[in-house]
Amino acid sequence: MAKRIEVSGLHAYYGGVHAIEDISMTVEPRSVTAFIGPSGCGKSTFLRTLNRMHEVIPGARVEGKVMLDDEDLYASSVDPVAVRRVVGMVFQRPNPFPTMSIYDNVAAGLKLNGVRRKSQLDEIVESSLQGANLWNEVKDRLGKPGAGLSGGQQQRLCIARAIAVQPQVLLMDEPCSALDPISTLAIEDLIGKLKSQYTIVIVTHNMQQAARVSDRTAFFNIAGTGKPGKLIEIDDTSKIFTNPEQKATEDYITGRFG
Amino acid sequence: MSSETGVEAAAATRRRTPSLRMSTGRAGDKIFVSAARGSGLTVLAIMAAIAVFLVWKAIPALQDNKANFLTAEEWNPNAVPPRFGIAQLAFGTIVSSLLAMLIATPVAVGIALFISFYSSRKLASVLGYVVDLLAAVPSIVYGLWGLIFLSKHMEGISKFLNSVLGWIPLFGGDSPGKNSIFTAGVVLAIMILPIISSITREVFLQVPRANVEAALALGATRWEMIRLSVLPYGRSGMIGASMLGLGRAMGETIAVAMVLTFVPGINVHILENGGSTFASNIANSFSEASETGRGALIASGLVLFVITLLVNMAARAVVARRKEFV
Repeated sequence: MAKRIEVSGLHAYYGGVHAIEDISMTVEPRSVTAFIGPSGCGKSTFLRTLNRMHEVIPGARVEGKVMLDDEDLYASSVDPVAVRRVVGMVFQRPNPFPTMSIYDNVAAGLKLNGVRRKSQLDEIVESSLQGANLWNEVKDRLGKPGAGLSGGQQQRLCIARAIAVQPQVLLMDEPCSALDPISTLAIEDLIGKLKSQYTIVIVTHNMQQAARVSDRTAFFNIAGTGKPGKLIEIDDTSKIFTNPEQKATEDYITGRFG
Repeated sequence: MSSETGVEAAAATRRRTPSLRMSTGRAGDKIFVSAARGSGLTVLAIMAAIAVFLVWKAIPALQDNKANFLTAEEWNPNAVPPRFGIAQLAFGTIVSSLLAMLIATPVAVGIALFISFYSSRKLASVLGYVVDLLAAVPSIVYGLWGLIFLSKHMEGISKFLNSVLGWIPLFGGDSPGKNSIFTAGVVLAIMILPIISSITREVFLQVPRANVEAALALGATRWEMIRLSVLPYGRSGMIGASMLGLGRAMGETIAVAMVLTFVPGINVHILENGGSTFASNIANSFSEASETGRGALIASGLVLFVITLLVNMAARAVVARRKEFV
């Protein structure tokens, strides 16, 4: 598990709109990489190119290379469905399947992968919920609807659902932006725990959060409205927040950003 | 307002004091409220008036009836003494409508799924338009088409079903024909297809993007995404849509009246000629009915009214059942 991602020369488009331009970076395995930058700078778009979710939007397309260890995710022989089974994703708003129970939510991905045996399902559901620090809160009501949990619990349920299929990489698109500070802390603790097993990429608007949870930080920016987003720099988190190479990065993290 | 504290209440009173004599409602508000309330009450009044009219007109005929109104199969209200019952009509109505719903629902859901998730945008808009156009075809046209074109071709299908599934009583019988309840059911299915499909499509359009992406991000194929996100979300809507279709099929008159050949008595072999529904019976016999005959037909109309009401209530009950899973 946990693979290295190497992106080179990646562009993404929405119809005629050039959303992100020429991004190259390496994401190390068993570490947390945070993407920061102003709204509209393309961090989420870039994140979604890493599991080929970008292209589910009508008219959207991608150019460039994303290597997962030694496989190109955008090679013509690669099925996007297969990509999404090894690169899991957690969204900004918790999105458990509303008509399913807690148990079925976690088991959904397993069932897609053909796991049918009840004992095996039970085992993985329990270990995934434990992995997401949710087991103790829900073990007595696994049959209840997932939508009945609190927002923070729902987000951890979504993380349990994503890790149940044992992905190589876990992408998180502002996973705490809809949560209160206590739930945010719970998720951040969880990220720290998960990084021993997964390659984690997290988009966040919260710079304290990036500083707290990530090993490396990438700063994205746009030159102006309608211009494509660019990667300004990526480095160790401690370096980005104390002594960045680029002036733009420093302006952004110190709040001098226009 | 119960949570208002004394201080707040006092403050509110103070604020209002200078304007106590002022009218709070503007004239426009008053006119709008009474217009809206009037429209709402009109609906209730119309419903009540229909029910009262039906009962009032039906009672004399029912009093003269010498047969059991609910269980008798014969329909001779013009005879002396009048003998009539709704058993055959109820059978024909319910079987042909259920058949129509069973045929139409899977096809309609398929159309809605294709338009919403599989076809290109251009094709989707054309297809959606064409399906909606089906609803605009007058029912007399369906009747003519069913009588002149479809029934001819149904004969072969009926014979085939009879030879393969003849061991099921519904498809049994010795002489499968073309003017059967089965043919009527197929015509009805086509007629209710657009309403079921367009309501289902509306429901599918409302499936939250987040649910769809949740499934896709887990590595679901398109069909798996539909099974995980779309169908569970749209289930109550689909049931509601098919029940609405059922209600339509039950009330459909002229197309059924044209397709069916009247043969007295309940025939459970729906591939054989014959059968009659409430609505088709009214259409066929009203003009030459006597005073009692009209009363009898109105009484049968009352029963149809009640059945349709029950179907709609059942649809609502089904929709409301899954409250826990929002």
